[in-house]
Amino acid sequence: MIESITILGGHGKDGTPEPVDRIDLRMGDVVSVVGPTGSGKTTLINDLELFAHANTPTGRKVLINGKRPPVEYRDDPAHNPIALITQHTSFLSDLPVGEFLTTHARIRSSDHRAVEDAIERTLAFANQLTGEPVATETRMTELSGGQTRALLIADAAIICNTPIVLLDEVENAGIHRTRALELLRQHRKIFIFVTHDPRIALLSDFRIVMQGGRVTRLLHTDDVEKRLSIKVSKLDDALSRLREKLRQGLQLSEHELEEVA
Amino acid sequence: MKLAICAGPATTGKTSVLRHITRKVLDDGLGVGFLKIDVQFAEEDVQMTREFGIPARKVYSGELCPDHCNVMVLGDALQWAHKAGCDVLLVETAGLCLRCSPYVDGGLGIVVLEATSGMNLPLKVGPMLSLADIAVVTKIDRVSQAEREVFRARIQDVAPCVKIREVNALHGIGIDPLVTQIADAPEIDFDDSGRHDSLLLRGNPPVGTCTICVGKKEIGWQSHFGVVRPLENQAFYRGE
Repeated sequence: MIESITILGGHGKDGTPEPVDRIDLRMGDVVSVVGPTGSGKTTLINDLELFAHANTPTGRKVLINGKRPPVEYRDDPAHNPIALITQHTSFLSDLPVGEFLTTHARIRSSDHRAVEDAIERTLAFANQLTGEPVATETRMTELSGGQTRALLIADAAIICNTPIVLLDEVENAGIHRTRALELLRQHRKIFIFVTHDPRIALLSDFRIVMQGGRVTRLLHTDDVEKRLSIKVSKLDDALSRLREKLRQGLQLSEHELEEVA
Repeated sequence: MKLAICAGPATTGKTSVLRHITRKVLDDGLGVGFLKIDVQFAEEDVQMTREFGIPARKVYSGELCPDHCNVMVLGDALQWAHKAGCDVLLVETAGLCLRCSPYVDGGLGIVVLEATSGMNLPLKVGPMLSLADIAVVTKIDRVSQAEREVFRARIQDVAPCVKIREVNALHGIGIDPLVTQIADAPEIDFDDSGRHDSLLLRGNPPVGTCTICVGKKEIGWQSHFGVVRPLENQAFYRGE
């Protein structure tokens, strides 16, 4: 059972040690990684995914339950406790969605009913994140960006059921972010979001702040931020509604943002 | 000397994997030789010499099948690497035949496959995969977790005994176990005159009329007739 993951600090691009030399993440934590472009956010995520052991350019070490992870984690993706979803991750398979999910679920389980159940739950999860429902007969490569992202997240959370999920700037793909966080929080996992999105950052338990390839600070979401988070969500919803109206080809009026002003 | 023969479709990252292996083997204080076999163009030999200063060379198979060419020149290449003081000879093949495999008993066979090539690839590449000792999977960050798992399961279906290693060829992560397996490969011995042990091609080539195709699997052009190919020369006809 995985209970915690620990990142032991390495060094920045200039070789200076990281100010934060230890980060402990516990099951159920939702964490954001924030920082300017080029500050090393994706590199941090890669270190986690590779179970860095002072063998990546950052010199960081990753521990699971306080110990160096066993080699099976890296050798067999079905034993890997980490699922990584990046901006570049996509489905290359051109199978229909239903067939693809069945193929994947059968690797994880030989029980026919468990397979069917996992597929049903995966689709239900994905369809809550995307405006356009994913149908089982659609080919994977025909899915929109939002549908693809939604299905990647749902597949990682339910069929892979990995205890740790890394999401690298998935907010740009047109998925329902608050709903995603609500659904993900129902699963007891560690979620790490690399994000520029205030809504996701403020809904996290804490955020890892990065600069120049180094983790410079850990910031816990305090009560002030939690209150602010409600306003941010309203503002974000208002913008989403505007976006939706634009999509539908409607003319906008000056009252659109009145309720959040 | 240890021998590792690397196959895999074009652009999967064979050279990147071999570069990381070379660096680590050199770090262990051993000498590395490199031979590239390709059909009509290759510059990996120049890159390897420039980057590591190791003895490296290439052979263009031209009119010959590249795996056939590998059988012909490998005997000479082993002697060349032995004379050059190498402890390990890495052979990178053209890696394009889905019917043959270049591996030999007495050496390590490595196939490099990219996760981006689709879940059915393992079912299509034939002995290049099924006769390998190790399957190295590259470009794992580009595909979904689901496809990684299916890709691996499909490899296991085709080749239950092959060891699968996912590597990140960018950072060189996952390379260490490959280096260990090269070190564990059987030693090829040379006698005082520089002749090496007899080595046999691992698989059966397709039905045909050349000496290799009809089942003469001894390594080295001297064991063959018809159109043959030494390391130092172009293909020529040997026989009546």
